[in-house]
Amino acid sequence: MNVSKSPWLLHYDGSSCNGCDIEVLACLTPVYDVERFGVINTGNPKHADIFLITGGINHQNAQVVRQIYNQMPKPKVVVAVGICACNGGIFKECYNIQGGVDTVLPVDIYVPGCAARPEAIMDGVVKAVALLDQKRKKAAEQPAPDPKEAG
Amino acid sequence: MELIWRIVWVAGYVLLAPLLGGLLAGFDRKISARMQGRKGPSVWQPFYDLFKLFKKQSVVVNNVQDFLVYGFLLFIVFTGGLFFFGGDILLVFFALTLAGIFFIMSACSANSPYSAMGAQRELMQMMAYEPMVLLAAIGFYISTGSFSVMDIIAAKESAIGYLPGIFVGFLFILTIKFRKSPYDLSTTHHAHQEMVKGLTTELSGNILACVELSHWYENVFLLGVVGLFIVNSTWWSWIVAVAVILVSYFLEILIDNVFPRVKWQNMLKTTWAVTLVAGVINLLILTMIK
Repeated sequence: MNVSKSPWLLHYDGSSCNGCDIEVLACLTPVYDVERFGVINTGNPKHADIFLITGGINHQNAQVVRQIYNQMPKPKVVVAVGICACNGGIFKECYNIQGGVDTVLPVDIYVPGCAARPEAIMDGVVKAVALLDQKRKKAAEQPAPDPKEAG
Repeated sequence: MELIWRIVWVAGYVLLAPLLGGLLAGFDRKISARMQGRKGPSVWQPFYDLFKLFKKQSVVVNNVQDFLVYGFLLFIVFTGGLFFFGGDILLVFFALTLAGIFFIMSACSANSPYSAMGAQRELMQMMAYEPMVLLAAIGFYISTGSFSVMDIIAAKESAIGYLPGIFVGFLFILTIKFRKSPYDLSTTHHAHQEMVKGLTTELSGNILACVELSHWYENVFLLGVVGLFIVNSTWWSWIVAVAVILVSYFLEILIDNVFPRVKWQNMLKTTWAVTLVAGVINLLILTMIK
């Protein structure tokens, strides 16, 4: 049985304006109901498979994001939701913003939009799920992976 | 011959309870989703989750925690096994408490404040439901003259005839044991982002899967106790028992979806009030008529 049958995600709000966060939560409502794919919004890095980040990275949350990522058990996938998480978006030039999530973590899926539509987020999650299986297969082929290697 | 049958029951429980418990959890999620106007996941979803957790990397916080979680699983299986073997109901309930202690200790062993708070809440829950559990055991003894599950099911009349109040009280604490709203204070299947996930905060991978598996074993055992109130020496009482079990399970799902979570003070007050009114009065009347 594949990991993709039960993707549990962790949602972290970087320095988002909350626009994308509302859309992420909208996915859980009866209208979109991501739970029908087995998706659970866990809120606990130790239970999560998919790390969903909204908003750009600033100097304060860079370590937080890195720590959450390190606490997640393998295999794991990072999804950057919204243009701010992809490359900093409208806040890119701000003095405190480092840029997108890929400035601190290896991002697997980029979901653009301002705010990202629930359909786009779900599409991103579905793509992330496919990647989870690939990563698992890869990990199974290499019995002793390099601990420094991400994902 | 009788011994062989009893061993078959135990083997059936050990092998089939995960399947049954998982399916019940699956139907729970489906029915809950429909009650909320959603489509909901497949009924096999709990199994997908379980297999995934077994395949994930396990981040071990400390070795004691793993040992304690395995102890929880082992003693839950022992509890259910003893019950379906037809053993002493008092011993069964004590083993259940011991299993609960293992689970609480596993949460205490981690250094996380969330686990610690979850453990405290779980203790509070045990304090709320334990009196009712003991009353149920005493009730079975007074109504049938034996603590043995074998003797209770061989009685001429169903225990529920003597124990309607205790049955209601037991259904009431079942809400706590099934980890349903309004009494899902220490761990729940819904509010994953909240404090109420405390007990399992530090668990991951196969250890978390073991907790899930233990819950399935526990749920099947608890539904067995519900059945024990109904079953008597007639063959059709078994059919009635299965029907009552299914209705009570549905009732728990309905309660879960209707009520918001309460504070622990409220849980303690209401649970003890029900224990006192339904349980103790039932027992008093029973001692008078028996």
